[in-house]
Amino acid sequence: MSSPLALLGRAGTYLLLSLAAFVSIFPFFWMVAGATNTSADIIRGKGTPGTALWDNIVKFINSFDMVRVLFNSFLLAGLGTVLTLIVASLAGYGFEMFRSRFREKIFGGLLLMLSIPFAALMIPLFVLMANFKIINTYQAVLLPTIASIFIIFYFRQATKAFPNELRDAARIDGLKEWQIFLYVYMPVMRSTYAAATIIVFMNNWNSYLWPLIVLQTNEMKTLTLVVATLTSGYTPDFGVIMVGAICATLPTLIIFFVLQRRFVEGMLGAVK
Amino acid sequence: MPALVLLGIFMVYPILWSLWMSFQVGRGMNFSFGGTANIVRLTQDPVFIRALTNTLLFLAVQVPIMLVLALFFANALNDSRLWGRGFFRTAIFLPCVTSLVAYSVIFKSIFALDGIANQTLMFINLIDNPINWLSDPFWARVVVITAITWRWTGYNMIFYLAAMQNIDRSIYEAARIDGVPGWARFWYLTVPLLKPVILFTSVISTIGTLQLFDEVNLLTQGGPSDSTLTLSLYIYNLSFRFMPSFGYAATVSYVIVILVGILSLIQFIVAKDRRA
Repeated sequence: MSSPLALLGRAGTYLLLSLAAFVSIFPFFWMVAGATNTSADIIRGKGTPGTALWDNIVKFINSFDMVRVLFNSFLLAGLGTVLTLIVASLAGYGFEMFRSRFREKIFGGLLLMLSIPFAALMIPLFVLMANFKIINTYQAVLLPTIASIFIIFYFRQATKAFPNELRDAARIDGLKEWQIFLYVYMPVMRSTYAAATIIVFMNNWNSYLWPLIVLQTNEMKTLTLVVATLTSGYTPDFGVIMVGAICATLPTLIIFFVLQRRFVEGMLGAVK
Repeated sequence: MPALVLLGIFMVYPILWSLWMSFQVGRGMNFSFGGTANIVRLTQDPVFIRALTNTLLFLAVQVPIMLVLALFFANALNDSRLWGRGFFRTAIFLPCVTSLVAYSVIFKSIFALDGIANQTLMFINLIDNPINWLSDPFWARVVVITAITWRWTGYNMIFYLAAMQNIDRSIYEAARIDGVPGWARFWYLTVPLLKPVILFTSVISTIGTLQLFDEVNLLTQGGPSDSTLTLSLYIYNLSFRFMPSFGYAATVSYVIVILVGILSLIQFIVAKDRRA
């Protein structure tokens, strides 16, 4: 079993995995260390903790109306997640529960649309928003993202595991369809909802291109956009930016660690 | 029944929405230019050609590297005897939770002229002079590819890992008893069994790379001298940075749609061939 060659192979595997783990984690360490250093130190490659943390935080808070920015970010990501889950789970439920001649055709069409790159939709969407006169509003950011085909697909796959007997029993008991959905389906599918929440929240929170296009004034900007704006100057202050980067990463990082197990399960469900 | 009504509103509405969207593109083009004027412009536009080659270059280099790495890590982590599995899995997946903006900034500072990357390389005597990462066309591409690979390898790895855990263990046992060596088990058992997932991830990665925007916009803004300009970035520049030229930008964006279509088709055909 453990020939010298196999042992060597094992050692090599560990070495490569350790290297990969180091490469993966190092930028996080770099970000945290960077937040405590001045910009000049970071550019010079100083990776040890410095003393500029407080300065950086103060500068970061003063660079934009941070209360407003955080409010925008949390509102858009939070509201977007709730709306997406409602729409996508209703659609996924409907696709799986109700039979119709066009069901598979419509669903195939949806999957086809999934492969259309966002870049192709970006311009017509922008023109549409301009026609609706809702450029630079929350609605403009949210509307195109709510009907996420990927999440609908995900919910439909998960709904396949929902026991039909449960629905039939509820019908016999005289529950209306919306009652079945609300009181039977939703509680049974909670782990699916949890996994979808993570995926959608992360996507919305990190969303960059679309908000960049439709949000045009400073008081509408999200954290992602603010950090991006800070980097785009000729002499970006990296210490301040690192503080911003931490703020932008922290929520998703926390969510990931709290719900790690569910997240992996969720990915598993999407593959099957 | 009320659920059906709700469904009608929430399902049909977005479908009509995106249908209308696609008409908008066609109409917008015809309105402003008409006919093939945009396509002619496309073939004569050196910037477009450059963006196209860059995008294809990123695709050809980055996607294979990333998927092979992801497959390798997934296979290593799938070994139940491996010590520290949970740690390695979390560590390699961790980059996926970072915000795109945050990691772009971090990479920008790591690859600054006097930054830590140059210092380390000089310290271990790999290079004598600092590399001007983001101002040199070749190295700027390297940085972009490194950054994307860093961010997305773990993501793909999770898909492989999930699929590997669905494979029946007894197949491996049988192969092991028959004296099939480890690499052959990987190549002749794991890879064929994972083919659907590999196909899925390669399609997803292809689409992702063809749409590449966030990273290049934040790291290099397409520079130096357009060496990292991608199609998506070019579309953005055409529509929102230079004189708005929605019609032409829409034409460029349809190049991406066509590319996605062609490449997905090729990938499906290749996957089918291997099955035979």
